[in-house]
Amino acid sequence: MDPRRAPRTVSDPKVRQVGFFAPGAAIPDRSQSGPPDHISSLPPTIADLSPSGANSLSPVMIPPPRHASAPLSPLRRDTVPVGSYNASDFMPATSPTAATSSSDDVAWVGRGGRAGAASSSFPGGGFDMPAASSVPASGLTTVSVVNLPPGLSEKAGVAAELQNDRTTHSKPLKEKMTKAERRALQEAQRAAKAAAKAEGGKAPPASSGAVSSANAKSAKAAKPSSQKNDNVTVAASEKKGSDRPPEKDRKKDVPQPRMQYDDKSRVEKAKKRAVVKQTEARNRVELFRHLPQYEHGTQLPDLESKFFQLDPMHPAVYKVGLQYLSGDLCGGNARCIAMLLAFQEVIKDYSTPPEKTLVRDLTAKIGSYVSFLIECRPLSISMGNAIRFLKNRIAKLPLTFSESEAKATLHSDIDRFINEKIILADKVIVKHAVTKIRDGDVLLTYGSSSAVEMILLHAHELGKQFRVVVVDSRPKLEGKLLLRRLVGKGISCTYTHMNAVSYIMHEVTRVFLGASSVLSNGTVYSSVGTACVAMVAHAFHVPVLVCCEAYKFHERVQLDSICSNELGKHFWFL
Amino acid sequence: MADTLQNPNPNNISAYYQTRAAHHGVVTSDWLAQAQAAVGRHPDDVLPPEPEVKVAGKPFSVIHEFNNWRNQPDLAEAVAAIRALAAVIRNSEATTMMELEIELKKASDSLKSWDTTSISLTAGCDLFMRYVTRTSALEYEDFNSAKSRLIERAEKFGEISYKARRIIAMLSQDFIFDGCTILVHGFSRVVLEVLKTAAQNKKLFRVFCTEGRPDRTGLRLSNELAKLDVPVKLLIDSAVAYSMDEVDMVFVGADGVVESGGIINMMGTYQIALVAHSMDKPVYVAAESYKFARLYPLDQKDMAPALRPIDFGVPIPSKVEVETSARDYTPPQYLTLLFTDLGVLTPSVVSDELIQLYL
Repeated sequence: MDPRRAPRTVSDPKVRQVGFFAPGAAIPDRSQSGPPDHISSLPPTIADLSPSGANSLSPVMIPPPRHASAPLSPLRRDTVPVGSYNASDFMPATSPTAATSSSDDVAWVGRGGRAGAASSSFPGGGFDMPAASSVPASGLTTVSVVNLPPGLSEKAGVAAELQNDRTTHSKPLKEKMTKAERRALQEAQRAAKAAAKAEGGKAPPASSGAVSSANAKSAKAAKPSSQKNDNVTVAASEKKGSDRPPEKDRKKDVPQPRMQYDDKSRVEKAKKRAVVKQTEARNRVELFRHLPQYEHGTQLPDLESKFFQLDPMHPAVYKVGLQYLSGDLCGGNARCIAMLLAFQEVIKDYSTPPEKTLVRDLTAKIGSYVSFLIECRPLSISMGNAIRFLKNRIAKLPLTFSESEAKATLHSDIDRFINEKIILADKVIVKHAVTKIRDGDVLLTYGSSSAVEMILLHAHELGKQFRVVVVDSRPKLEGKLLLRRLVGKGISCTYTHMNAVSYIMHEVTRVFLGASSVLSNGTVYSSVGTACVAMVAHAFHVPVLVCCEAYKFHERVQLDSICSNELGKHFWFL
Repeated sequence: MADTLQNPNPNNISAYYQTRAAHHGVVTSDWLAQAQAAVGRHPDDVLPPEPEVKVAGKPFSVIHEFNNWRNQPDLAEAVAAIRALAAVIRNSEATTMMELEIELKKASDSLKSWDTTSISLTAGCDLFMRYVTRTSALEYEDFNSAKSRLIERAEKFGEISYKARRIIAMLSQDFIFDGCTILVHGFSRVVLEVLKTAAQNKKLFRVFCTEGRPDRTGLRLSNELAKLDVPVKLLIDSAVAYSMDEVDMVFVGADGVVESGGIINMMGTYQIALVAHSMDKPVYVAAESYKFARLYPLDQKDMAPALRPIDFGVPIPSKVEVETSARDYTPPQYLTLLFTDLGVLTPSVVSDELIQLYL
């Protein structure tokens, strides 16, 4: 069926190759993840995929991390001819991406497990980092590379480029990496030992080991600088991985990206802390390896039975989590409001334990509840922004407040947030959008959006003459509920499925769409199918109006739909 | 005051366009020069003095004030409104800030309702309200000092609006090069100022004027330009595409600049912009900043209709309908640059500027 598939594909039912593959192409520059005894001088093939899914060829070519070595000293720069890389390109410290990259790199040293020193991006992977052994715990910025055998100098050259920027970047985050530093030291020492054995340019296990955490990302040695950005984003996400809100407010300005599920160790860690036991989906789709794919349907009865046993979980939060899991609550606003009301309950019932401060403890508690909610269903952007707001308010509580005062303040803050940002915002949106509806209009909407429904109902109340086309799609068929409510109010409606949208579009005068979020480059992030409707409308020169409250806006930029998304449940389609 | 508040044109004919027609029928630069010579001051320097505002005992009428200003042909309607509102402040007998603001709001509303189709009037009034009431002087304890501060700001705003044309003319000089051919549509006093300044700077260019039926704007504009010794060629409206390959740039004014960066201008502008765009000719718009309005038309019919009577010269059978709309909307993708007193802007920047002006 698929000419792209290599004939030697392991036909293991547990891992299915879906997506973009270079069939059987042996790319010598790739180093491998997986068991340490792979020598990266062997060109990896697709057949090397192990059932555990730790394969070297990702369908979505996510380049490997920069490499998990300790930063080089400036000495390096002089001695080694630098390739396409310019040291001046990487500005120190001021950009958050720079900051994250360095933190990630060093963190990877710890996570790499095996001599995080070596970079995956070297041709033939022959580089190891005995130099790293001399890294003192505090002195990340000064790494003497003096020990490096001259034979490796040309490869080290490439490493130097990568490490140079680390030098510059590691400075601002030095103080936060104590644990990672210690691990880096350990790994470096181990690497030194291994390198001493495997001298002469042979790829030590170190190189492949370092990549194990950056699971199956291809190495492109020649272009370290171009990889940097990709690495940074991947690294950043892995670093910030699962929620650890109480510890670090350092990335306060940068919102936490979703955890990338490619990283095995991160996933392991998250699982340990998880309340909801998720079993990995048996049939994983390779294209979405970076998104959580779990068996659904097993958690609900499990959670229900545990309802009275879960001490750390507040019943209100538990209830909301169950509602998410079962699909009773859906829609950005509804979920956000439910979550905030649950948190209001939490705050009402909260009492500061002895020897702890309210601010820190409450933030930690909220963080743990949020992790629970994420396990039930990944956060929507509206919820993410609300949580950020709440944590901000908690952090800004004056120290002089007593506990009851603080609780009352937070309670009223949450009330105000809901009122101003959701309810009033909706009213303003409705008031403005209704001016765009004229008599005789045919309005098309997709799925079920609370804002659009309010607009249509209000316009009808004002006496405008229009009719509505509701476009729906499998598997959830959310449009049916909207249809029922509109017809109940007396609006004349047409109902159709997604495959007929181009058929009906010529009659339509305006398209109203809801949104889960609007991103900073103007991209609208909404339920699947919205883009299709918008594109067809554009082709027919029909104006498309998106209705979204401002608290759902997000500052990230998404270039496609796959890099960050939520996967649905497979049994919906059956 | 009640009767002056009613729209003088009950059958939905746009007063804005009628006024402009009336102006254009009367004014020539000769007349203007004579009038100003009579008054005895240079037209550009000092603001013309305000007419006698208040006869003792007669209540202050903002519409009356506005009409006084409006009758000066060189003055834009929005600027006249701004001056009238400034006069409202000056003549107000309010004793608190709230009262003053309420009076201003009432006056502004009455001005706007006088002609609901004029975008620059509405926009000018709104901007004035924002600009003036946003002053930090409103926190002064003393009402009178706050009031004088308000008057100061109001007059400053009036002056900026008044001088806007000259600023725009200066900014656009760089875009007119020797030997260029400019296509002009509609009679915009700003565009006239631009061309006048260019002619005064001894630039060599020629102008194509569209006839501009039924307002005969082309005829009037060519009249003016001929006096400046600028070579002018008149085109009928249908000949625009025919002559477009000889044209180097298109210059139009605007009745209003909308949030998307597009403009609302005399009927025919959209057509010309489409033709120019398809032939890769730049379209430049000269508009003052008080014309930036909080509107977002989704299509041509999404605006308040502004109708004006069209005279075909021969009687039309009664069963035949006539499209009497006076203006159209040109979307931003067909415009190249906007020359405003805030600078030379691309259409996409307009919404940014609007946010700054209005918030």
